[in-house]
Amino acid sequence: MQVPAPVEYERATSVDDAIAKLERYGPEARLIAGGHSLIPMMKLRLARPEVLIDINDLTDLAYIKREGDELRIGAMARHRDLLESHVAFEYYPIFRDAEEVIADPVVRNRGTIGGSICQADPSEDLSAAFAAVKADMVIQSSSGERIVPNPEFHRGPYTTAVGDGEMLTEVRVAIRPGCGSAYEKVERRVGDWAVTAVGACIQLDGDTITEVGIGLAAVSAQHFRSAGAEDILRGGPATEEQFAAAAAAAAEGCNPSSDQRGPADYKRHLARVLTLRALRRATARARGQEA
Amino acid sequence: MTVTQEPETNPIGFGRMQRKEDARFVRGQGNYIDDIVLPGMLHGAILRSPYAHARIKSIDTTAAEAHPKVKAVITGALLETLGLAWIPSLSADVVAVLATDKVRFQGQEVAFVVAEDRYSARDALELIDVDYEPLPAVVDAKRSLDPDAPIIRDDIEGKTNNHIFDWDAGNKEETDAAFAKADVVVTEEMLYPRVHPAPMETCGQISDMNKVTGKLTIWCTTQAPHAHRTIYALVAGLPEHQIRVVSPDIGGGFGNKVGIYPGYVLTVVGSIVTGKPVKWVEDRSENLMSTSFARDYHMHGEIAATSEGKILALRTKTLADHGAFNNTAQPTKYPAGFFHIFTGSYDLEAAYCEVTGVYTNKAPGGVAYACSFRVTEASYLVERLVDCLADELKMDPAELRLKNFIQPEQFPYTCKTGWEYDSGDYPRAMRLAMDIAGYEQLRAEQVEKRARGELMGIGISFFTETVGAGPRKHMDILGLGMADGAEVRVHPTGKAVVRLSVQTQGQGHETTFAQIVAQELGIPPLDIDVVHGDTDNTPFGLGTYGSRSTPVSGAAVAIATRRVRDKARLIAATMLEVSPDDLEWEKGKWFVKGDPSTAKTIQEIALAAHGSMELPEGVEGHLDGSCVYDPPNLTYPFGAYICVVDIDPETLQVKVRRFIAVDDCGPRINPMIVEGQVHGGLADGVGMALMEVIAFDEDGNCLGGSFMDYLLPTSMECPSWELGETVTPSPHHPLGVKGVGESATVGSPAAIVNAVLDAIGVRHADMPLTSAQVWRATEGRPFRTDLAIE
Ligand SMILES: Cc1cc2nc3c(=O)[nH]c(=O)nc-3n(C[C@H](O)[C@H](O)[C@H](O)COP(=O)(O)OP(=O)(O)OC[C@H]3O[C@@H](n4cnc5c(N)ncnc54)[C@H](O)[C@@H]3O)c2cc1C
Repeated sequence: MQVPAPVEYERATSVDDAIAKLERYGPEARLIAGGHSLIPMMKLRLARPEVLIDINDLTDLAYIKREGDELRIGAMARHRDLLESHVAFEYYPIFRDAEEVIADPVVRNRGTIGGSICQADPSEDLSAAFAAVKADMVIQSSSGERIVPNPEFHRGPYTTAVGDGEMLTEVRVAIRPGCGSAYEKVERRVGDWAVTAVGACIQLDGDTITEVGIGLAAVSAQHFRSAGAEDILRGGPATEEQFAAAAAAAAEGCNPSSDQRGPADYKRHLARVLTLRALRRATARARGQEA
Repeated sequence: MTVTQEPETNPIGFGRMQRKEDARFVRGQGNYIDDIVLPGMLHGAILRSPYAHARIKSIDTTAAEAHPKVKAVITGALLETLGLAWIPSLSADVVAVLATDKVRFQGQEVAFVVAEDRYSARDALELIDVDYEPLPAVVDAKRSLDPDAPIIRDDIEGKTNNHIFDWDAGNKEETDAAFAKADVVVTEEMLYPRVHPAPMETCGQISDMNKVTGKLTIWCTTQAPHAHRTIYALVAGLPEHQIRVVSPDIGGGFGNKVGIYPGYVLTVVGSIVTGKPVKWVEDRSENLMSTSFARDYHMHGEIAATSEGKILALRTKTLADHGAFNNTAQPTKYPAGFFHIFTGSYDLEAAYCEVTGVYTNKAPGGVAYACSFRVTEASYLVERLVDCLADELKMDPAELRLKNFIQPEQFPYTCKTGWEYDSGDYPRAMRLAMDIAGYEQLRAEQVEKRARGELMGIGISFFTETVGAGPRKHMDILGLGMADGAEVRVHPTGKAVVRLSVQTQGQGHETTFAQIVAQELGIPPLDIDVVHGDTDNTPFGLGTYGSRSTPVSGAAVAIATRRVRDKARLIAATMLEVSPDDLEWEKGKWFVKGDPSTAKTIQEIALAAHGSMELPEGVEGHLDGSCVYDPPNLTYPFGAYICVVDIDPETLQVKVRRFIAVDDCGPRINPMIVEGQVHGGLADGVGMALMEVIAFDEDGNCLGGSFMDYLLPTSMECPSWELGETVTPSPHHPLGVKGVGESATVGSPAAIVNAVLDAIGVRHADMPLTSAQVWRATEGRPFRTDLAIE
């Protein structure tokens, strides 16, 4: 049995209470949501918080809903909630695609959306999905709420815009008419982290791409995103040639490194193949040709 | 998974029945090592080396000792004073219990803390200050013999390299001659990478030295309790009658739980030092990083044939990576295990096998993991080579195999490296597998798919196992002959107990052995208690591994039970007032020939044997029998496996679509248990072929130290297995049974690899065939899977 270092434990009763506790205990305190990233790191003693502030009682943050022309996902919604959410699927099937291949049912039952993106693991799937749909992150502190657009949220591996005394409360995604989205992932085995994964979101006006987002996981794409591929597609026709050019740009623009999941050249190859596949599927969905 | 076809019954003897032990397992009422809590028990934790190779300059334990809950801190220096810093390995070497001079692999044991609870023990590890001087490491077996390679075992007097042994089998000259005259010679370099048994339950031990009685009681996750006891007696000088080893329920072994690990010895020392019971259970990473691995064979293989596809000879020169200490478990005579059965299922003119063992800065152990003592490597080598030859000759691999099989009438068949195969009908098993698969249709489908640019592959593997070690005249481990005892006793009311030396790790011994007694005596299996895993309550024997339980102990039980039956006959004769010669046996009773109604059941006889009736001349009371079985030969199960894969042409991800496994392990005692063993082994094969590997980076860091890095297959990667069977009894085993525990692990990897390579049209690439490796193979640039991927 792997055993974490000694740690104090408190339960937060509300967002304000959680933030107050974060302020009281300082930078050595950590929020714990599903615990599926934090606890393994603590067991390996790679993380040694002095205090854990448990936010599992903040069930009022466990929603997934439409509000106005936004999809809103509370930080405490679980992977499973997003997987099974009809409203999320209606506007953004990319989330179901991604959730189907994130971890396994046990992890999905506990792991939260907030915990996932705050963990900011470079292979994190939802970070790529949120990059593709250009989500905004809502961060709260004792001085109020601020909204951070997706590209500014990730500050590098395992670091985000969430500062001391702050917590993420919500993710917002604008609902866009004529939009289709999809997620493609290659993993070594079911339940494993991505070797490479790509999410795409396409908004069509007739055959013209009015807006597009391409998110990549596990290949060190800046902000989990391929701005270069997006630029190629934006304003142009939704054709195979355009997709191929964008896929090539996505592969070119990322910076994968070799590890036991695969050599860099293979990951780059996958970035191209998966971008192409995600674009095709997102487009088919935008055209209503595929669920 | 294959659905049980026959209705479930409670046979009195062989047949399908639910496992007796499952009632407690499925209710969560098993009793594993970590469930055992003794009064006053303390907990141990091991400090392990972060380096693969480093000199230990000093160890300061003061701060750890000052921890309020720590009871003892044990280092190599303390063990030296007890003569226990080093213990003999299973292969004529020594193993460090705690490092004194150097650490030689990442994860090696450096110090042991005993504390009031496991949290404190773990916390105190961080208070130990070890001053290391890092040294260059060598983890690539192919560089271990370079002149400038760091010398790992400088503890061995005069050692100037990393060489362990050279060993050969077969006839070199005859083999060279056969190669010289061959039309076709195919050569291939193959790695069977280091994999790990990864049992769900990790290893652990509780030692309780009672200072008053002097009795040491050990609870341990061991597959071989008796061997452990004798080794403790020999190594630590403890009196054997004062040691009791208890092996409770075990959550998987696969060879991982054969040997004695430093942690086990440390609990003994910890209990002696503190006077309290000491428990140590390793965590997942400790298990993966420090305990017995399997394989790690770099094989150079050659196959020679005529242009018509008659295989003439096989040759291999193999480099065996044994890690930092030579601690592989195998019969003493065979430093490469049974690897020289690499002649497989084919009738050859000649064969020659050379193996060189080397040290590297990797964990020791080896041979573990459903290997049948290296038959896994051997079978993979020959089955890959045959496919390479088929590719060279542009011949169908099934046809090539059928053309070269040892024929049924050739048995018993002595192969060119000396094994005497007991029985077999290979063409029959092969044809059955092809029928189940619909082989011709599959090939036709493949042609169509290829034309459309789709990747589909069909892979065959035909294996011959050699299990049930083994004849005492050839086989021992640390000088202990590989014979096993069994005792059967029928209680007065006709229920029975059978005591075994072998130890189940989930294979269902409590059911299988009860069924053997039932078959021979006619007592229902549910009326038979199977006692095992406790040296105070069972006869001596070497334990369960190498698929030896049924071949060895199964025979011992059958013979012991027949002795009971013979004795029962004498008693029945007296009861019926007839001569024993007038009696005939029918399952469960002796009856008078020609008068079946005049009979005594085994239950009636048992009561009489314990009663007041005057017993016949020379017959003692009670009803029991025993046997120590020295197997006259090994048994040779075999099987024909066919795998069908589909591969994504762009991402190169492999999907195992179908897997057909025809096994011949002789008669099946409980077909359901046999199928379970085959299912597990096939899943193992998927793991090894497609994802499992323990690689090391240049500095000797272990890259497979958690389940995030060391991938085990799940049900999602496994197809619904399609099983078939043929039955060719072993002529020398009293029940004709051959053993099946490792068959599927031995046979399946080659089938999967052959299927993948068939799909992509590449002659060879090493396991595991992850999509990255398959992609690289199609690019003509497969990578070394045993090193960090670059
Ligand atoms: C076996 C396994 C397989 C996995 N496979 C995948 C996979 O394939 N793809 C994938 O993307 N992920 C995978 N994961 C990761 C999984 O998605 C995350 O572990 C999990 O969902 C994170 O959420 P959590 O609620 O458990 O976070 P926690 O572990 O509780 O927290 C993670 C971090 O986020 C911080 N945090 C949590 N909530 C907040 C908040 N509201 N505001 C600010 N900070 C916060 C915590 O302080 C901590 O630093 C896997 C995990 C496991 C264990």
